[in-house]
Amino acid sequence: MLVSAGNAPLAGYGDQLVLGLILTLEVSLCSYAIGSVLGLIGAAAKLSRRSSLRLFAGLYTTLVRALPELLLVLLAFYLIAGRVERLAVFVGLAPQGFSLNPFAVAVMSLGFIQGAYITEVLRAAVLAIPRGQREAAQALNLRPLTYLRRIVAPQALRHALGGLGNIWLNATKDASLISVLGIFSDVLKVSSLAAAATKRYVFFYAVAGACFLAITLASMALLHRLRRHLGRAYLT
Amino acid sequence: MSFSWEFFLRGVLPQLMTAVPVTITLTLLSALGSALLGVPLALALGAAARWKRWPAATYSLLMRGTPMLVQIYLIYYGLGSLIPRDWMRHSWASPLLRDAFWYGLMALTLNETAYVAVIVKSGLDAIERGQREAANALGLSRMSTLTRILLPQALGVVFPMLANEFILLLKSTVLVSTITIFDVLGTANNIRFETLRVEEPLVGAACVYVALVGIITLVCRPIERRLRRHL
Repeated sequence: MLVSAGNAPLAGYGDQLVLGLILTLEVSLCSYAIGSVLGLIGAAAKLSRRSSLRLFAGLYTTLVRALPELLLVLLAFYLIAGRVERLAVFVGLAPQGFSLNPFAVAVMSLGFIQGAYITEVLRAAVLAIPRGQREAAQALNLRPLTYLRRIVAPQALRHALGGLGNIWLNATKDASLISVLGIFSDVLKVSSLAAAATKRYVFFYAVAGACFLAITLASMALLHRLRRHLGRAYLT
Repeated sequence: MSFSWEFFLRGVLPQLMTAVPVTITLTLLSALGSALLGVPLALALGAAARWKRWPAATYSLLMRGTPMLVQIYLIYYGLGSLIPRDWMRHSWASPLLRDAFWYGLMALTLNETAYVAVIVKSGLDAIERGQREAANALGLSRMSTLTRILLPQALGVVFPMLANEFILLLKSTVLVSTITIFDVLGTANNIRFETLRVEEPLVGAACVYVALVGIITLVCRPIERRLRRHL
């Protein structure tokens, strides 16, 4: 009875679930994009010669590593968003009564988390490139930017792909955290509402799980192809 | 409404401290449970026989491919709804089944088992074949090969990863606050709803988690050094 299908297996929640799945994907993609930018900046700071930048980046990664993701999202919504709004009004960047878009706050807080992990992956990937290559580039009189673009980036990307893929998989799962806030109709929130309304808890939470699993499997297949593509020069 | 240090230090922190044992118990028990279940799962993941490997790989994919929050809801609401009410009321297990704590612990353990298994498997894979063959040649039983030769070495290899996983586990415990377990975050949320003051409880919870992670890091460092002294 609990998982009986009947005529309408999704009890009319099908459309909402699809919209929820799209929202979940949007949140994952946007937060990952923000995380990548923060990760690039963070890795550059960690590899910098300036100790102040290294300290700042170290503080960032340590803090994110120590704070639970859900707590960081709650802090972003209840503590930081309000302060940013007041500051924006105070400085004159925004009109009176300005409030941040909740989607932006969610995406930025999740991106902040992703960014710390991406920082570590990129740092390790760059460090894995042998020193001699830098010296060779200097000997060839390559400009620093050309060295970064033509020598470091392609190799580091290949080293980082495994780590970046794992962080992406985490980003899709962390996107489920926004359901706790109660203001987003993501796939988990819709499932919760459907489960509570129909009393078919097992069924609807299994549907939510299946949606996330589908994202994971699709991502894994894509990552596999990407890995083959980036490693094509190394195939024997 | 500005941040009140008075309320933070006198009201929030002492209350959060009373919830620290709940968070620590959840973390330790699920770590223990996942270590016990994770080793057999790791062996199954590395087994030659398909009937062992496939179920293990499926389990690990299901647990690692879906969000923890979904698993917690599935176990708390789903399992809770499958148990017949009448039976639950009169059974010896009813105090266990009524308390959200056990559902949370179960979800954390089942989830963490999959992650621990993958880590332990990577450690076992890192040990050379020769060790296994040498143990075999010496006539060691399969059990003592595992407990005296393979696992101690694997533990040395993967300890940093397990320590890292332990911190992630501590951080995952906050998710059980969504099913009415009063761990540190659950208590902070409760203060939030009762006093309608938002900032102090959340900052307090953040301080508690940073402190706990700091303590774990400090405790793990000497253990890691000791385990790796032969490597």
